[in-house]
Amino acid sequence: MKKEKLSFLIPKKENNLGQWLIDQGISAGFPSPADDFKEVRISLDKELVKNEEATFYARVSGDSMQGAGLENGDLLIIDRSIEPSNNKIAVCFIDGEFTVKRIKIESKKLYLIPENKKYSPIEINEENELIIWGIVTYVIKKL
Amino acid sequence: MFALIDCNNFYASCERVFNPILNKKPIVILSNNDGCVISRSNEAKVLGIPMGAPAFKYQSIFKKNNVYVFSSNFPLYGDISSRIMNILSSFTPNIEIYSIDEAFLKFQGFNNYDLEKYCKKIQKKVLKWTGIPVSIGVGSSKSLAKVANKICKKFPEQTNGVYIIDSNKKRLKALKWLEIESVWGIGFRNSKKLKEIKVKNAYDFTSLNDSWVRKKMTVVGLKLKKELEGESILDLEEIRAKKKAIATTRSFENTISKFKHIEERISTFAVCCAEKLRAQNSNCSSIYVFIKSNKFKKLEYQYRKGIIVTVPFSTNSNIVISKYAIIGLEKIFKSGIKYKKAGVIVMGISSDKNYQMTLFENEKTKHKKLMKTIDFIQKKEGQNKIKLANQDLKKRWKMKQEKLSFNYTTKLDEIITVK
Repeated sequence: MKKEKLSFLIPKKENNLGQWLIDQGISAGFPSPADDFKEVRISLDKELVKNEEATFYARVSGDSMQGAGLENGDLLIIDRSIEPSNNKIAVCFIDGEFTVKRIKIESKKLYLIPENKKYSPIEINEENELIIWGIVTYVIKKL
Repeated sequence: MFALIDCNNFYASCERVFNPILNKKPIVILSNNDGCVISRSNEAKVLGIPMGAPAFKYQSIFKKNNVYVFSSNFPLYGDISSRIMNILSSFTPNIEIYSIDEAFLKFQGFNNYDLEKYCKKIQKKVLKWTGIPVSIGVGSSKSLAKVANKICKKFPEQTNGVYIIDSNKKRLKALKWLEIESVWGIGFRNSKKLKEIKVKNAYDFTSLNDSWVRKKMTVVGLKLKKELEGESILDLEEIRAKKKAIATTRSFENTISKFKHIEERISTFAVCCAEKLRAQNSNCSSIYVFIKSNKFKKLEYQYRKGIIVTVPFSTNSNIVISKYAIIGLEKIFKSGIKYKKAGVIVMGISSDKNYQMTLFENEKTKHKKLMKTIDFIQKKEGQNKIKLANQDLKKRWKMKQEKLSFNYTTKLDEIITVK
């Protein structure tokens, strides 16, 4: 009787073509139940900067806004696209320097209010050259 | 309709945003190495300081008139520019960024819009968000938008920075006002030619015979004529064309005489050009090298010479471009001259995709890999971390930027402080 030849199929080792690219890896176990619920990780940049084109940064110097939680060395996030209005904290340019104060509008008069008893409110009159530069949206402090 | 949006005195305006004390004061911005004036506020223009004025010549005029002088701060200007372009692209899907401070917008399907109101809105938003004032000219072709923009600039009080050429009457009036040499794309030579036949303004130009314009000024001139007549011929170039020539040139702070020192500069400029080529996936096939003495020192011996070196194959390798640039330099260098300026310009630029092999000599394939690695490392670790051996002799060449303002928007330790 003729012996039947057995031929073995040998996997080709040298040929790399045709390999599958599998992102997840093939796992024999149960697939992660979280896969269907994947979300993007929290990004502070996205949270704190709502309008990239109009956002600028400033560093606080001094203690005139201590009461509002703005202390020396803190980082401010400023959004120039926001309209200034009563009670907003704004970066202003007045009489040759940048300052950060709370805006107060009272009986048609505009005031810049510091939040520290050591300083007095600034009443804006026609002689002052005031630029409301941007509205402070966040303060970042290092602890 | 097309709109051309142009930032008013852009570099000076950028400085003012972060330093409002400069409002209404004369400001000039100097070129790299503080060489000459490249941007002026209106107040500085009134003082008669021309564009391109060499800084050292105008030192006393600056002092006498309390002109604020700044070194150019391109990281700042570039950031503000990209903010503005992003804001502009929210107003129409069709935008062409024409330069750092200019963009064309195309308003297609805006028939129900009051364009004047719309442009005022654009202007207001850019000013509020970035602090930069802009002028907007609108017309039925790009060339007419450019004309309208010129009118905004010339008559800021009457136009408030927005002017729309939306009737034939306005178009004719504008063209009769515009001198021929100020027409976009006419150039010095053509305007001279036209003046000889008594064409004084843009209107005279449009009254010429089509075939005459075509004959004397090629199809480019004819296109321009049609554009000024109100027909839109030039469309937006939304994808920026690759540059046809790339240059790196500098004036030196002090003059240089030694070959070794000039060689260093030329090598550095060559590397800089190679990097720019790789950034746009291109290669060059010839290199122009030039050296010049100080033309302002009339008493000194004047020497200026340039040479074109052809590379046997297309390349963007630091090593090859530097090597051939130095070969060129050796041919034109003359000892005993006090050199003030030098530069390298690469030409014959072709895309990586249509790379032409040559029969006998080709670039070593090793170079491509090496350059890729260098670019990768520099991207990660910062520019100029890897240099050729003939570059940078103990860092003698810091750029002269004596009056540099801060990088208010790109470096956290240089932001404004508020009290």
